[in-house]
Amino acid sequence: MELVPILSAMRRNKVGAIIIVVQMAVTLAILCNALFIIEQRIAWSERPTGADERNVFVIINQWVGDPTNLPALLQADLAGLRALPGVIDAFASNSFLLSNGGWSYGVDLMPDQKESTAQAARYFTDEHGLQSLGLKLIAGRNFNADEIADLFGVNDQTPAVSVIITKALAEKLFPGKSALGQSVWIANHAANIIGIVDRLQVPWVDPSVAKFSDYSILEPFRYVASGLYYIVRTQPGQLEAVLKAAEKELFDLNRERVLGKSRSLTEARVEAYKDDRGLAVILGVVCAALLVITAFGIVGLTSYWVAQRRRQIGIRRALGATRHAIVRYFQTENLLIAGAGAAIGVALALSLNLWMVNAFAMQRLHGSYPLVGAIVVLILGQAAVLWPALKAASIPPELATRAA
Amino acid sequence: MFGYYFKLALGSLRRNAVLTALMIAAIGVGIGALMTTLTVFRAMAADPIPSKSRQLFAVQIDNWGPKKGVSPGDKDNLQVQLSYIDAMGLMNANAAHRQTVMYVTGFALTPVNPDLRPFQVQARAAYADFFWMFNAPFRYGGPWSAADDSGHADVVVIGNELNEKVFGGANSVGKTIDLDDHEYRIVGVLDRWQPTPKYFDLNGNTYGTPEDAFIPFTRAIDQQMASWGNTNCPSGGGPSGWDARLQSECIWMQFWVELPTPADAARYRAFLNNYAAEQQRSGRFSWPPNTRLRDVREWLVYQHAVDDGVRILVLVSFSFLLVCLLNAMGLMLAKIMGRVADIGVRRALGANRRAIFSQCLIEASVVGLAGGLLGLLLTALGLLGLRSLLSEDVGRLTHFSPADVIIAVTLSIAATTLAGLYPTWRAAQVQPAWQLKSQ
Repeated sequence: MELVPILSAMRRNKVGAIIIVVQMAVTLAILCNALFIIEQRIAWSERPTGADERNVFVIINQWVGDPTNLPALLQADLAGLRALPGVIDAFASNSFLLSNGGWSYGVDLMPDQKESTAQAARYFTDEHGLQSLGLKLIAGRNFNADEIADLFGVNDQTPAVSVIITKALAEKLFPGKSALGQSVWIANHAANIIGIVDRLQVPWVDPSVAKFSDYSILEPFRYVASGLYYIVRTQPGQLEAVLKAAEKELFDLNRERVLGKSRSLTEARVEAYKDDRGLAVILGVVCAALLVITAFGIVGLTSYWVAQRRRQIGIRRALGATRHAIVRYFQTENLLIAGAGAAIGVALALSLNLWMVNAFAMQRLHGSYPLVGAIVVLILGQAAVLWPALKAASIPPELATRAA
Repeated sequence: MFGYYFKLALGSLRRNAVLTALMIAAIGVGIGALMTTLTVFRAMAADPIPSKSRQLFAVQIDNWGPKKGVSPGDKDNLQVQLSYIDAMGLMNANAAHRQTVMYVTGFALTPVNPDLRPFQVQARAAYADFFWMFNAPFRYGGPWSAADDSGHADVVVIGNELNEKVFGGANSVGKTIDLDDHEYRIVGVLDRWQPTPKYFDLNGNTYGTPEDAFIPFTRAIDQQMASWGNTNCPSGGGPSGWDARLQSECIWMQFWVELPTPADAARYRAFLNNYAAEQQRSGRFSWPPNTRLRDVREWLVYQHAVDDGVRILVLVSFSFLLVCLLNAMGLMLAKIMGRVADIGVRRALGANRRAIFSQCLIEASVVGLAGGLLGLLLTALGLLGLRSLLSEDVGRLTHFSPADVIIAVTLSIAATTLAGLYPTWRAAQVQPAWQLKSQ
């Protein structure tokens, strides 16, 4: 290999080489971390909620004033909604998926526990909840109609006697054994686990809930409050029509109410993760621009070097070097520079990530990112140098030596 | 002299159009990306109340004790809200220049016109000091009085938007509105008011608009108006009902004080500690006092008001600009080294090193200027893109001010000239004799 002449040529053009090395290193560091963030944000925004999202919508209902016969009004609403054509089932609750607002509490394994075993979200439901959300019951049973009690608003602390919990919470509370039939302690009251659903996300979408994002508890209560959510599941493809009919039905039943902006869970998901996905797109655009700019930079500098060394190339060709040898020379040179850039870049990427882990509570960068990034940078360098190198190799020896 | 150099620079740039275009594009893209993200960042990280941000303080008291804090991410074992017990304890002590406890609630408003449907109104229950403390701008009328606070009066201050909706923007002071079947008398109408971020209550939507209506805290408690914001309770629970909620250790209120001088702040800190120590003596707290007083800026940092994602984006944009500048520097180097013969002739004809240096530097600045202008264009496009990608509340923050034009162009020229220093220095080192000989 002709490493020695390459190195000595490079020594005479230090700054140019350094510029490319630094450029590649910074590009690599940003690229790794940005792609990692993009991947994480997208993955976060695509986690399944466990519900039949495409066919479920939510109506936000607020009664005017403080009606005295709330339980009867609620029953009438629910009966009306369930009777609508196209509706599979409906129930009323204190919170809904992807709403980013809800209730949570600590779940204990024994009374007067100092530190809770898990933090979990509370969803109130009657016996229609599982069907209305399309949740998958993987063990035990659903609530019976006679287990359902009325729960009056935020300040009602009536404890649940039986609960249905998610698989993730069951595994956290009782690792390695069946949670079915076990007791959990919530606010110093024991509740019996009668069923386990495959998955039901907490209503919050902020990454700070990552620790308990699938820890949810269904409690057998009809939520009787002046502000509540009706959650309705429709036959596939009928959501739009049924939503309109449902709002009309509610106003027909009683005009003394305010309806918030109704939405399907699909819309709620878009809204909930808009900033996460937006950031991912912006970072993606910046990364693409960065790659293009770096590539152009390498092409520009290399072509300049080639132009500067026309005479040298001509002499080498005259002395018997093949075109192939000339191309290989520039490719090796670029490989050395890009290699240095990649090595520094990997170190920079890892330290940048380490700093972000501390400053932003980011996760550790997976080792594959710097590796893939380094390969991308090396390929980028080789691709950028190819055209100038081919051009250099095509210089006729006599022209090159004479012209300069 | 300058004019001549400028003309030389233009000529030289035109001769190497492709390289010039590449340089301008690189710098333009870099400036555009940085300005776009900086605009968003600045809007998010701005001081929402510069004149008083060091005099307004959020109060925190640990009423849950060590290890009981279950709200995610609280490293210092402090909750971001207060219980009713502590809020009232502090209100009654009256130890600050101004003070208010508050929480978010809401009503259904029934319009006088029976054809119109009732609609939902978000409200904030607070003391009259609220308006004075946070510089709420009034369009008509003013805050209610301290007597209204102590008299649990059914008065209301409404927001500009609600006034437009119900009264068509007319002066509605003295009129009444029906909120949850109770008549409230309007004492004031706010002007447009958009503190960004909504620092006095960062629960829920950080960049949302303030509530549509404000009522005396004492009245809201009388009416047993539930919190529409976050409520967190320590495990343990308790009996049901409104009174039980008031007597519980659940946290659901914000408490702010205004303390004009650092000495006042120090005194209040001591007072808070004493308060907590008192609770410990009385047996309510079984742990030593853990209280905190944070001014607006400290509060925003503590509460992570600026999305980490945006911080990362700014960081990425700065590095991006660095790469773009390195790129331009390499291209400039290439360009100048391609012109050594030209420079040699100039030197031989009497131009000294300084003249060559100035000529090349001006050329770099011209590139910087063009890059800055391109950057501005790209910033405008970038902001358009941002608005379509981000949620309405965040997108609304992305304003582009005339000052930004100056910042962008200055930054671009300065950075490009800086990047041009080395290539320019190299150009000035050209030995005329060598260059002429090699021809």
